[in-house]
Amino acid sequence: MKKYWRSLEELESVRKNETIEPSIEFPTDGLSKEEIKNKYVSNRRDFLKLLGFSTAYAVAATSCQQPVRKAIPFLQRPADITPGVASHYATTISTPDDYAAVVVKVRDGRPIKIEGNKLSKITQGGTNARIQAAVLDLYDTARLQHPVKNGKKITWDKADAEITKKLGEIAAAGQKIYIIAGTVISPTTKKLFEEFKAKYPTAKFVYLDPVSYSAIIAANEATFGKVGIPVYHFDKAKVIAGFNADFLGTWLSPVQFAADYAKTRDLTNGQTEISRHYQYETLMSLTGSNADYRRYIKPAQEKKLLIKLHNAIASQTGGQMIKELPCEIDVKKMAADLLANKGQSLVVSGTNDTDIQVIVNSINNMLGNYGKTIDFSRETLLKQGRDEKIHQAFADMKDGKAGAVIFYNANPVYNCHKSDEKAAVIKKMALSVALTDKLDETAKNVQYVLPDNHFLESWSDAEPVSGMFSLGQPTINKLWDTRQAQESFMKWTGISGSFYDYLKKNWIENILSKKEAPEEGGEQGVQQDSTATESQNIIDFTSGWNKALQDGVYEVAVNGEAPQFNAAYLKENEAKITAFTKPSGMQLVVYEKIGIGSGLMANNPWLQELPDPISKATWDNYITVAPKTAKEKGWKQEDVLTVKANGYEVSLPVLIQPGQDPSTIGIALGYGRTAAGPVADQVGGANAAGFVTAKDGHRQFSGIAVEISKTGKTYPLAQTQTHDTMEGRGEDIARETTLAAWQKDKHSGNEKHVFFKEKLEHVNLYKNGYNPEDYPGHHWGLAIDYNKCTGCSACIIACQVENNIAIVGKEQVRRRRNMHWLRIDRYYSSKEDKLYSEVEDNPEVFHQPVMCQHCDNAPCENVCPVAATPHTNEGLNAMAYNRCIGTRYCMNNCPYKVRRFNWFNFVEGGDYNYLFNDEVKRMVLNPDVVIRQRGVVEKCTLCVQRIQEGKLKAKSEGRELRDGEIEVACEQACPSNAIVFGDTNMEGARIIKLFQDERSYGLLEELKTLPSVVYMTKVRNKDEEHKTEA
Amino acid sequence: MYKKEVRGELILGNKSYGDITRDILRSQEEKAPLWWKLSFALFFVLMAVGLGYYVPLTIAKGIGMWGNNNQVPWGWAIINFVWWIGIGHAGTAFSIFLLVFRQKWRTSINRAAEAMTVFAVLAAGLFPAIHVGRPWDEFFIFPYGPNSRGLWVNFNSPLLWDVFAIATYLTTSAIFWYIGMLPDFATVRDRSEGIKRKIYNALSFGWVGSMDKWRKFEDTLVILGGLAMPLVIAVHSIVSTDFSAGILPGWHETIFPPFFVVGAIFSGFSMVVTLMVLIRKAFKLHEYVTDDHFDAIARIITFVSLIMGSAYLIELFIAWYSANTYETYVFDENYLKGHYALPYWLMLVFNAFLPQLFWFKKVRRNLTWVFWITIGVNIGMWLERYNIVVPPAAEDFLPANWFHYTSTIVDKWVYLGTIGLFGVGVMLFIRFIPMMAMNELKQQAKRHTELKPTEEQLQEIKKYLEDE
Repeated sequence: MKKYWRSLEELESVRKNETIEPSIEFPTDGLSKEEIKNKYVSNRRDFLKLLGFSTAYAVAATSCQQPVRKAIPFLQRPADITPGVASHYATTISTPDDYAAVVVKVRDGRPIKIEGNKLSKITQGGTNARIQAAVLDLYDTARLQHPVKNGKKITWDKADAEITKKLGEIAAAGQKIYIIAGTVISPTTKKLFEEFKAKYPTAKFVYLDPVSYSAIIAANEATFGKVGIPVYHFDKAKVIAGFNADFLGTWLSPVQFAADYAKTRDLTNGQTEISRHYQYETLMSLTGSNADYRRYIKPAQEKKLLIKLHNAIASQTGGQMIKELPCEIDVKKMAADLLANKGQSLVVSGTNDTDIQVIVNSINNMLGNYGKTIDFSRETLLKQGRDEKIHQAFADMKDGKAGAVIFYNANPVYNCHKSDEKAAVIKKMALSVALTDKLDETAKNVQYVLPDNHFLESWSDAEPVSGMFSLGQPTINKLWDTRQAQESFMKWTGISGSFYDYLKKNWIENILSKKEAPEEGGEQGVQQDSTATESQNIIDFTSGWNKALQDGVYEVAVNGEAPQFNAAYLKENEAKITAFTKPSGMQLVVYEKIGIGSGLMANNPWLQELPDPISKATWDNYITVAPKTAKEKGWKQEDVLTVKANGYEVSLPVLIQPGQDPSTIGIALGYGRTAAGPVADQVGGANAAGFVTAKDGHRQFSGIAVEISKTGKTYPLAQTQTHDTMEGRGEDIARETTLAAWQKDKHSGNEKHVFFKEKLEHVNLYKNGYNPEDYPGHHWGLAIDYNKCTGCSACIIACQVENNIAIVGKEQVRRRRNMHWLRIDRYYSSKEDKLYSEVEDNPEVFHQPVMCQHCDNAPCENVCPVAATPHTNEGLNAMAYNRCIGTRYCMNNCPYKVRRFNWFNFVEGGDYNYLFNDEVKRMVLNPDVVIRQRGVVEKCTLCVQRIQEGKLKAKSEGRELRDGEIEVACEQACPSNAIVFGDTNMEGARIIKLFQDERSYGLLEELKTLPSVVYMTKVRNKDEEHKTEA
Repeated sequence: MYKKEVRGELILGNKSYGDITRDILRSQEEKAPLWWKLSFALFFVLMAVGLGYYVPLTIAKGIGMWGNNNQVPWGWAIINFVWWIGIGHAGTAFSIFLLVFRQKWRTSINRAAEAMTVFAVLAAGLFPAIHVGRPWDEFFIFPYGPNSRGLWVNFNSPLLWDVFAIATYLTTSAIFWYIGMLPDFATVRDRSEGIKRKIYNALSFGWVGSMDKWRKFEDTLVILGGLAMPLVIAVHSIVSTDFSAGILPGWHETIFPPFFVVGAIFSGFSMVVTLMVLIRKAFKLHEYVTDDHFDAIARIITFVSLIMGSAYLIELFIAWYSANTYETYVFDENYLKGHYALPYWLMLVFNAFLPQLFWFKKVRRNLTWVFWITIGVNIGMWLERYNIVVPPAAEDFLPANWFHYTSTIVDKWVYLGTIGLFGVGVMLFIRFIPMMAMNELKQQAKRHTELKPTEEQLQEIKKYLEDE
């Protein structure tokens, strides 16, 4: 059809749209700073509009009509879909940051929730915040929606033909083909890579981990002759010494370690001993906040401290002594504890320095930990990147030795030092391809960008620990014109068929045919008969495939030999290992945050608004500074500083962080993304990866000498908690004791509970809320064990996903209007001062998850004039959103302040929204939970929709509800099983035991609110209370 | 019978009944002066912007336009609500209490005070209405009839009691005020012609001034006054239960009901003085509102200020004596030296210390001092409500939550809007309603009128006699 243009400008604008600029293709929803400003400033038009509105309102209010939305039923119901009933599929998430075997809840064909797979022996049903939030990335409209060549749309066939041709030419010319990938733990993908290499012999595969573990690999190679990382068993350790290793938060495999660690801290299973945890670290990490003894050290002190510890242990075990460096830190107590628990202790360091890792290996070897707490018969495959190889790859690319580069799940331009140089090198390549979900920083510089499927749209498998496999299956059809990266490799290699066929074939031939590891006390594993004929095998294997797919996990026996420690290495390299240069000036430590990690999911508003478990800051990157340093240098919170090092500089605001070494500053990775999507664009901060340079071939994340200058500007930060101490109310809020005291008296630390229980019996001024007769059926309750809770915040995101909780944006967080139903209060111990408000230099830390306490004598219920928040006969404090008019009296009267008000129309889209104003993103909403209108109060419902679902299921099956059958979202997500949900009226329920435990108490129980949530006193394994350092 | 020997003369200048009528009605019979036009315009603009723009803005976008947050869910709206309700006590307290105590000097002030009550309660009533998250569902709060869903209101909630208390108080005050005006409307009617006469005739319900009517009129007023008296006590007691029935330390106090009532009278009386100083100056009514009037009110204010001061001391003492961690924190830490020390100490100065200057006769009789001290009291009372609403919520039980409250431009404009509403009300009152109770004033004036007919009347009389 003929088309007329009104003007040349119009024609021009249409032309521009044809060459799609990705940054303008996507709607920039959310808030920019100007927009925030405009929200509070009105112009003349607004004025007139609203003036008119004020008169028209009365008329409109009586005549307006709700828009009609039609729900159309299926004409032909697809198989396996029952409207209103969710299906669950086992799958696997494996990103450069995270691994977990998961179960995905799919409602009406839409994946809406990710939960941990309890059959996995690695993640053990646990997840972390990022894994919980990953489901939103599926619906991320910033994903690339079709293949692109040099910024222009291209068809898959054309791209394949061109790439295959070029690859052939480059291989024939003898030029290297680099495939730079995030660590690949998929055995099938690796096999595919082998076939690719067979076709293109010059292909080289290099793994890039955003945070490097290459020194551990190198140290193991040096001392054991084995390239790899062993499996750490924190659950078997009675004494744990961590050195700059945030193993509960970000180090190596935190979900697994948190689960294992929690087992050693458990006092509810009859055991009376818990592990003792020493932590020496530069910044305050999540792990450090959970340690029994913690001390901050300078980055350079770690080596000296470890050598001192090494020699203290060597002198007792007859091990190899090495030259000692002067170190003022006393290690006697730690050494004694470690020696007393030989073979039951564990020393780990997170520093990417071979010398340090060698010393750690030696200490663990002397303590006899190999084969016990450290298993080298299996390997942890999660991190396989070798920094020197990446370095080599870019050198080759620069020199022209390489002709092609393919990026798969890797973003070196963002993750590495000197990004401009790297980008320039990539641009010059004869062939450059990126297999990625977005047009990210690296992909912007390549010729072909071939969008990869989201993992929820893909077939995949994983082998995070050798011999322990998991399978991944798609849970939804592809949303856009994307293609799984593996299929691209198959196309280029000339393998026909789908990746599914390839995967299944590989599993049947190479994985399911291996002997399955015997189950420990379980009957789930089906023993494979190795003597059966091949034809029988295939049938068995096929059924094995179905079962493996259903379970999501599969384990085979591994007969790996534990390698021998090469003690001579230490002696031979003593001079190098003990070499020490005194650093000068301020040192920078680059670290990972729990929510953001390496910045892979920077466009996920849930994660951006997740308060960091330690700093409680959202939406921003900042410089953490010790209070002492801030005082000395005259820096205040939110002052902007410029930090220069290694030819790179950033300007970021200050956040004062107690417990950090005063000679250091810390900056988190994962910010300053320029091409991750509209949400990431609005997030402040700068990329810290540019500071990270290599030393001895390993990227150094700590001890970077920096120059700091004050800019005189300030930048606002949004924290969800701004008061850090308990103001001397510890006995009422967060009770704790020491292990020795608890062993003597089980009520220790919880004496007030006994006192109040007696006193409050006689209080009859007000109606006693709890009468057993009021709750004839169920009475739901929640028990939270401080000993297991690490504060990792997976529950916060799980709750947010499950309950359709809105995102409010930075400005509203600053105004303390965040909507999280579940928050984690983080307290620092204070100086023994009259006001109790000054935080100690090296404080003890307390994490306290707080959600609605479902009080049986709830103060909020009485004061609602319209009775919108009544009590149910199952002990729940219910909330009738439709009835609520929003007086907010209940919010005032809630002593726990868990109620949240919809200050704006957060959930129906609109100006203040990052999330639900997008039709695609709205697909993530849980249809079982109603979204809340502006002006109503909401709060934790104890996942009433899950309770209802469980009850209905039991009813339809004609049986009684089983204990543990209903799992609330926070409980499900918790990697350390710190939260237990149950029916306190159910005989034999776990929760009854927990409620009756001497450690249990209700938060602010002296108010006689009779909460249905109990907390279990924290027992720290230390000799003296309120003593942080050993 | 009024004893001049004790009180001195209430109305100076040897006024006749006719003088009183002319003096009082001068404000509406003369052309509106420039200052009236300017003030009216100013208040009208405040009202139009505050209530015509910022209130709809809040309703259109959400309560998020205000400074309230998760930790301090109530802010300026509730402060202003309590403040206006407090001011709204003036009229009824003035009329009723002084009526009961036979303080005849009230007569030149009570009409204005009652008018103030009505406008202040209207301003106050606006806040609960726009303060809720979903004003369009506000009818849920009334136990209304066609209740198909079987839902009922929660009679445990002090907010519901508020609804009844305020509605009753507003209705009673308005009726009391209106009935008191009937004879005066009739006076206006008799002095006017045309459409105005018709309007005032309707307003006066055809008052004829017969003995029977006067008797009924006076009985009705006494009965209504008797009914309204407990309401004066009740309404602010009930408003105080919004807080004292709450659980927050700093709210959960048994002292609150009397404390609030006294505070309300305090601010109401002060507002009356502020207004009367201005009205007296504007219309040169110093013969009706004498220095003795201000002296008398100042004494009452001093006495009430002492009660307020003691109440503050009692709160502090009980907080310390209770040994309750949270309570002690709110009073001894937060108020006295913490984040909210400035508003707290300002409140003490304005409410407990400043009015003590009235112990000096010179101050009591110097209208400049009186004016500014009463303004100070109303600032102090606003701060008191701020101190009640904000700090206990901002720093309550769990310190992790603690967060402070900052108001926004919208909060401020809505408040200015209600001041505009009040001002417009007062301005209209001055122009269209006899602003002093003429009929009552005349009871205090001399028992007879010196016949000083005008020239015109003399002609009329002459003509009449001739016709006879």
